[in-house]
Amino acid sequence: MIASFLAGGLDRRLRICLAVVLAIGILLPLSNQLLPPSSAFHVPTWVLQLIGKYLCYALLAVAVDLVWGYCGILSLGHGAFFALGGYAMGMYLMRQIGNRGSYGNPLLPDFMVFLNYKQLPWFWHGFDQFWFAAVMVVLVPGLLALALGWFAFRSRVTGVYLSIITQAMTFALMLAFFRNDMGLGGNNGLTDFKDILGVSVQADGTRAALCFASALALAIGLVIAAAIAASRFGKALTAVRDAESRMRFLGYRVEGYKLFVFVLSAAMAGIAGALYVPQVGIINPSEFSPANSIEAVIWVAVGGRGTLVGPVIGAFAVNFAKTWLTGALPEIWLFALGALFVAVTLFLPRGIVGLWRQIVDRRGGST
Amino acid sequence: MLRPFLALLAGLAALVFSAQVRAADFAELVASLAKGGFGDRETAIGAIVNSGDTRAAAVLEALGQGRLFTRRADNTMVIGVGRGGTFTLEIAATGVAAGTAAEAELDRVRVNNRLRGVIDAAVGALTLMNPDPRVRRGAADSLLKRPDPASLASLDTALAAEKLPAIKRAMTEARAAIVLVSDAPTAAKLEALAVVRGRADRDAMGILQAAARSSDPAVKEAAEAAARELAQVLELWQALQNVWYGISLGSVLLLAAIGLAITFGTMGVINMAHGEMVMLGAYTTFVVQQMLKAHAPHLFDASLLIALPLAFIVAGGVGVAIERGIIRFLYGRPLETLLATWGLSLVLQQAVRSIFDSSNKEVSSPSWMSGAFQVGNITITYGRLWIVVFSLLVFVALLLVLKRTSLGLHMRAVTQNRPMASSMGIRTPRVDALTFGLGSGIAGLAGVALSQIDNVSPNLGQGYIIDSFMVVVFGGVGNLFGTLLGAFSLGIVNKFLEPYAGAVLGKILVLVFIILFIQRRPRGLFALKGRAVDQ
Repeated sequence: MIASFLAGGLDRRLRICLAVVLAIGILLPLSNQLLPPSSAFHVPTWVLQLIGKYLCYALLAVAVDLVWGYCGILSLGHGAFFALGGYAMGMYLMRQIGNRGSYGNPLLPDFMVFLNYKQLPWFWHGFDQFWFAAVMVVLVPGLLALALGWFAFRSRVTGVYLSIITQAMTFALMLAFFRNDMGLGGNNGLTDFKDILGVSVQADGTRAALCFASALALAIGLVIAAAIAASRFGKALTAVRDAESRMRFLGYRVEGYKLFVFVLSAAMAGIAGALYVPQVGIINPSEFSPANSIEAVIWVAVGGRGTLVGPVIGAFAVNFAKTWLTGALPEIWLFALGALFVAVTLFLPRGIVGLWRQIVDRRGGST
Repeated sequence: MLRPFLALLAGLAALVFSAQVRAADFAELVASLAKGGFGDRETAIGAIVNSGDTRAAAVLEALGQGRLFTRRADNTMVIGVGRGGTFTLEIAATGVAAGTAAEAELDRVRVNNRLRGVIDAAVGALTLMNPDPRVRRGAADSLLKRPDPASLASLDTALAAEKLPAIKRAMTEARAAIVLVSDAPTAAKLEALAVVRGRADRDAMGILQAAARSSDPAVKEAAEAAARELAQVLELWQALQNVWYGISLGSVLLLAAIGLAITFGTMGVINMAHGEMVMLGAYTTFVVQQMLKAHAPHLFDASLLIALPLAFIVAGGVGVAIERGIIRFLYGRPLETLLATWGLSLVLQQAVRSIFDSSNKEVSSPSWMSGAFQVGNITITYGRLWIVVFSLLVFVALLLVLKRTSLGLHMRAVTQNRPMASSMGIRTPRVDALTFGLGSGIAGLAGVALSQIDNVSPNLGQGYIIDSFMVVVFGGVGNLFGTLLGAFSLGIVNKFLEPYAGAVLGKILVLVFIILFIQRRPRGLFALKGRAVDQ
């Protein structure tokens, strides 16, 4: 069924996008590993790291698009799911340090020794196993989304109210994670990682593998999202977005639809975060800041909401601009980002992907 | 009955005697401090106390602090204040300024620990008779905190001479505290317990707890009972204190949220740049203060009053510009409005950062806002009090504008039924712009007040935006009284949670509480009833 869907169900744009993502994910790491540094086609490791980071952002953007573009839930808290996935991965990486920390304690990470912990807090148990951490990466954001969504959708909190609630959620989490008593590194978060699955996080080979894994995750995420969007379920989701009350009167259990897609999207964001952390080497509470979540929303808006391809393009474009501007003209970056928010909402309601169509429509309308 | 009388006699005798001592004799007494051994010094201290000279307290205090010197050049006793080897001098006996001197030109009059105790008691006794009532009050209070049986006699003298009832009371309480630590008979101690218990504050609690460790069973029992009773009273005060802190926090929330109650509550516009309007108000205050400092320092106390209208105009003007430039194209698309105004907030922050740089700006308080006063056991600072008053004034003013002016009438009409209002001849676009300007201007006013208690930095507004939305949503959208009640109840709840959960966890708990609350009542505490809210 999946195969037939892959062959016929994907539209042309998405197929191109998938091909590009996979090509990036395969060719860049290969060139980095196989070609000698003198070769013109050799990709340096820092580029690989950057691309890997963008791929994670793109997956987050696809997750946001799934709820916002297809179900009309503007979540301003997806950064929290992203960060929670990141923390789950970070905890695994912390446990892998073993006795190589500054204090050389085989059981406790450095910050716990520093804060006079006598034993490992209960929620740290199990994170020395990769499979456990991998399950938690999906489970923790998913459960949080389930709890929040169950409460919110059941009492029909919609629109901006929901947005503000999700923003309050990520804000509350940020405050919570900043506390040292939380047992997750407080202000400084988790960092100084050494190994992942027995190999060094810093090694070029690991970076290449992580970049490939991110591309693969993004591709799978895109396929899942596209499969959902194209299914009967997806049609119902779109209908909920456009006329929620009408769907309810028609006998659909709107809450169930919303809850499913919200939880799925949170899990995707968690995976993105988990892949992101070993590539940047740190996770700290500022990842929870409401600004991060809103930035993810603007990637989607820039690319074009409800298109799946758009968020990928948007995430790459905005983050490339960010990397370039914060390096070249740091003063300008916030002006540019702010202006982007305004310009996109005013002039590009369908994003970059919808630009062509918008122009065509306007031509058609004026003549 | 007899003892106060005797003490009065002794005091009078001392006063009469002191009148006969001439200034020259006092200078001699002071000079005798530097002669002989520590024993001789103690005698000299006693003589100085009995001299009743107005300089006696100053000289003894300087002696206790090691600031009394003999100047080598002319053997004069001087008091020196200085640092780094150079001292500014005044003649000890007269207080006349006497230039400066290096450390090498002076001999310090030395004291030992025993002498220091004698000096403290002597200074205490002298200050108890000081003509300035505030000094007498301070002396009585410090005696209460460190009761010393040695000063009982001088306290009795002072008590007999005291005329102001408030200070007399403070002295009586200090006397009771001394009696409790002395070896007075049980009856006297029980009487003293009742006096201390009447004071009803933390100092009294400390004294009672100390008395509860007494070896005398009657005193011990009475002290324990009094301490238990007092503990309840103190708990009540603590609760009242928390209520006051809560009201104070609530007024801040009210100020930050009330403008939002207009733009979000009545217009339905999600203005994420609302916090930046607050920030603009705060920066306006900063600029006004800088201008006044440079050009008209005598007007500094009025700086906030001058800043208020300016902040309203600046923030309101920016608000109108935002509405005309951006928001009016986005009516009916709340999610897009949210994103666009968030972008605007980034631009405004960065603009302020570019103009003023990102450091915290210092906004000072005018004199009428500094200081504090006591109500029972609660200390209330004037700054906080004014902010509470100001927030209520702003609230009332806004209510009057909405209910009593034609602009308010138009605003309400447009909110309730836009097409109908429009067909009745109300220029709805103009009303929209003015409503948004009003909400933003009020945020600017809030900024003036918040500049007094918060750091004025480009990030000032961000800290308030989520809180303000919570207040508006909690109180019920489109209802000003809901906002008022929401702000104060959230403020008070926050302050009551803080002692148990800590400041951060308290805030998190409040956020979680609101999230759960919205589940129960999605439209807030005071929801608008009727069809207007059904969309």
